[in-house]
Amino acid sequence: MIFLNYNNFMKTLSLILIFFFLNGCNNPLLNSHGTIATEEYSLILISFIMMLFIIIPVIFMTIYFSLKYRSTNVNQIYKPNWCDSKKIEIVVWTIPIIIVSFLAFLSWSYTHKLDPKKSIVSLNNPIKIDAVALDWKWLFIYPDYNIATINEIMFPVNRPIVFRITSNSVMNAFFIPSLGSQIYAMPGMTTKLNLIANDVGKYKGISSNYSGHGFSNMKFTAISVLKNSTFLDWVKKVQASSIKLNTMKTFDIISIPNENYSIEYFSSVKKNLFNKIKNQYSIKHFILDENLSHEIVKKNFNMEK
Amino acid sequence: MFGKLTFDAIPYHEPIIMITYIAIILIALCIASTITYYKKWKYLWSEWFTTVDHKKISIMYGILAFVMLFRGFVDAILMRTQQVVASAGFKGFLPPHHYDQIFTAHGVIMIFFVAMPLVIGLMNLVIPLQIGARDVAFPFLNNLSFWLNVSSAVLLTLSLGIGEFAQTGWLAYPPLSGIKYSSGVGVDYWIWSLQISGVGTTLTGINFLVTILKMRAPGMSFFKMPVFTWTSLCTNILIVISFPVLTVTLVLLTLDRYFNFHFFTNDLGGNAMMYVNLIWIWGHPEVYILVLPVFGVFSEVVATFSKKRLFGYVSLVWATLSITILSFIVWLHHFFTMGAGADVNTFFGITTMIIAIPTGVKIFNWLFTIYQGRVHMHSSILWTLGFLVTFSIGGMTGVLLSVPPADFVLHNSLFLVAHFHNVIIGGVVFGCFAGINYWFPKLFGFVLNEIWGKRAFWFWIIGFFLAFIPLYFLGLMGMTRRLSQNIDSEFHMLLCIAAIGACFIGIGIICQVIQFFISIKERRHNLDLTGDPWDGRTLEWSTSSPAPLYNFAIIPKVEDRDDFWRNKEGQHYNKLINSINYHDIHMPKNTGLGFMISIFSLFFGFSAVWHITWLCILSFLAIIISLFINSLNEDTEYTISAEEIKKIEHQYWKNIQKAGLK
Repeated sequence: MIFLNYNNFMKTLSLILIFFFLNGCNNPLLNSHGTIATEEYSLILISFIMMLFIIIPVIFMTIYFSLKYRSTNVNQIYKPNWCDSKKIEIVVWTIPIIIVSFLAFLSWSYTHKLDPKKSIVSLNNPIKIDAVALDWKWLFIYPDYNIATINEIMFPVNRPIVFRITSNSVMNAFFIPSLGSQIYAMPGMTTKLNLIANDVGKYKGISSNYSGHGFSNMKFTAISVLKNSTFLDWVKKVQASSIKLNTMKTFDIISIPNENYSIEYFSSVKKNLFNKIKNQYSIKHFILDENLSHEIVKKNFNMEK
Repeated sequence: MFGKLTFDAIPYHEPIIMITYIAIILIALCIASTITYYKKWKYLWSEWFTTVDHKKISIMYGILAFVMLFRGFVDAILMRTQQVVASAGFKGFLPPHHYDQIFTAHGVIMIFFVAMPLVIGLMNLVIPLQIGARDVAFPFLNNLSFWLNVSSAVLLTLSLGIGEFAQTGWLAYPPLSGIKYSSGVGVDYWIWSLQISGVGTTLTGINFLVTILKMRAPGMSFFKMPVFTWTSLCTNILIVISFPVLTVTLVLLTLDRYFNFHFFTNDLGGNAMMYVNLIWIWGHPEVYILVLPVFGVFSEVVATFSKKRLFGYVSLVWATLSITILSFIVWLHHFFTMGAGADVNTFFGITTMIIAIPTGVKIFNWLFTIYQGRVHMHSSILWTLGFLVTFSIGGMTGVLLSVPPADFVLHNSLFLVAHFHNVIIGGVVFGCFAGINYWFPKLFGFVLNEIWGKRAFWFWIIGFFLAFIPLYFLGLMGMTRRLSQNIDSEFHMLLCIAAIGACFIGIGIICQVIQFFISIKERRHNLDLTGDPWDGRTLEWSTSSPAPLYNFAIIPKVEDRDDFWRNKEGQHYNKLINSINYHDIHMPKNTGLGFMISIFSLFFGFSAVWHITWLCILSFLAIIISLFINSLNEDTEYTISAEEIKKIEHQYWKNIQKAGLK
């Protein structure tokens, strides 16, 4: 990477900036706990600083020119018919072009690097979590452990998390600000999101796309734990839950709109529940009989794998 | 008989709504009885409601905008207060059901019924005067557009007391806005008030496009047009291209909701993201529709009050044209988080950034117009300087949001809210205020009070920074928009500052009301006798203030960009006066049909909302028949005799002499 050194320089600069501007402010800039979030926030800072090169002169010129050439200041030069200057024209076109080209290059490389679909390279095994936006709560399914929860997820630190996200009713957005990247949860569609937590902690998760009157309370907690064993203990605890999510009927009951849903655990989750929810609206679902559609869903699932 | 409409539709149990509604009705009754008392109904009808004069229509647009600004601002205060209360751990006075209607209404009102009328009002006033025309190309259509806007504003206001308004956000994304998840009439009110207003705006766009293309004074080639006319031309091109998209999108949503179609539903092959794409294909050009004319206003103001030619006219024009084209290929930046691939996201991210280039050039052009000029610190120029500072910041955060990975954490947060208020208030609203202070004398014949104008500016700009800079930080802290309950207490402090800022803006608005009041009261001391109070440069200042009915007794011949400025140099007014030969002028006649059609469309919209089929069909037929009758009417013009014109013009010359000009 050509810009690696430059980026380091920028990061130092941004640290200074953080110190001056954001000192004392409880800010995720200082609170980002995952690689993705850290990269995203530092990208914001780099772009911000790049643009200050143009914003500060503009603000300065606005104030300086208007004071210097105010009508009461009659000693200043006054050229009523001066309205053209090749030199200035070239400069005012070039500077924005240079800055925007730099930003364009930056955004090209970062967009590809931080594509939510792109899996995170790590020594640790990724952990799969399927998220379903319900009215107005989040259902999380751990397909590998056959468990599901509402409004709470747990994962070991430094282990990549692969989210598959859909919605059961209206559009929402899945967002854990401290870990970065939000993505829409859309009915009938799957979005993928790869995140990682580098620190232990409890992070706030929200829906960041307005979805109706229970929207404000559509929060969840993402807990990142140090040891894999702690996580497995938690999984066991959930597996021991007496509430089972093994029929669509149970799912229909929990998906009834509800404004204040607290954390809940489900054991023995129906196989392919996520795909069932996603495909509930597909035309196949209406045309084919149960068995056939089941097979197609299975096939799709295998293909996705 | 009355479709879904029953007495239950009136929200008796909601004291806030009922009190507001009773207040609105009382104020309306007060106004109506005052008019009746002074027997002014006939005057209002014949001089104002039926007028096709672009100047009077522009005044009416201004009134509409300020009335709706009041409503939209009250919504803003309610939201700010609720968020402060909710972040302090209380439940607050607004339940989600009510709060969600408020933020939807706030967005719709501020865009469609404040910003659009202000911008269209300014275009109405200025374009014909600037291009040396006597009226717009289709005067009746102009009247009709205005009244359609009014009827959709009335429809929206009706939703407050009869039924409910949409609880979907101002763009009503499906599936939430579909019949399954919003079964009430709220979204229907939203659909029909946007639909009617959208048709009005499309007509305006066609009207002004033709006006600018066909009715320029002889000699005014494209590159001699004033910049405001240029930017308006681009805006109207945008309107004509993009508003039909809105109309069609709304029709599709209507079909979904009323006739069980499946364009945007979850099931049977519908796809909500199609709607999101379509609405932003309209929605993104819409923000340029608002901001381009305002760029024109600043160009006029900055050149006039710096007493200097505009710097880089040609590059300004090209910058405007490139923004016009680019504004159609950036819409996806409103939903980077949809999960499109990195290539798609980067494409739209980069096109968005490219728009910053011509915009940056414009800002430099204005700065270099000030450079080596003689800046007269009029309140219009204050708004301009305020704009340069705030808009630069807003532009910067805009570019920041256009970087897809940055948008992944900032999308839908208060950072975004702060950004678009930053560009819309700092750009559009400041620009319209600059324009109002600048062109006011051309409408009324007296200048606005400067002291209160400047006070308004300072309150607005301080209030603006107090209200919106905290939102940037809240957005970075991860606070998402449209929250009304259980807001994290860590946001409380900044939300309080934002609320205080909103109050400052409120004082700014009060200052403006006082400004208008005092200016009207002391108008005799502030008369503009010359028609050229600011030593203007363009044609609108070459005629009297207020501009006569026919704008120009003699259609001017244009030879230069700043034609009037050039003409003024070393010329003596009174030499010309006796040598002019006046001719009869044909002017369009007033017509009440625009008003009638808008009443019918109000009925149409209302009955469509409540599924009152017979009224719906009846009012639709009435609209068609009215249009038909209008097209058969051949008696649409009347003549102002040369004698009369001579009288009016001589009075103007006398005024000029009184003012001491040679």
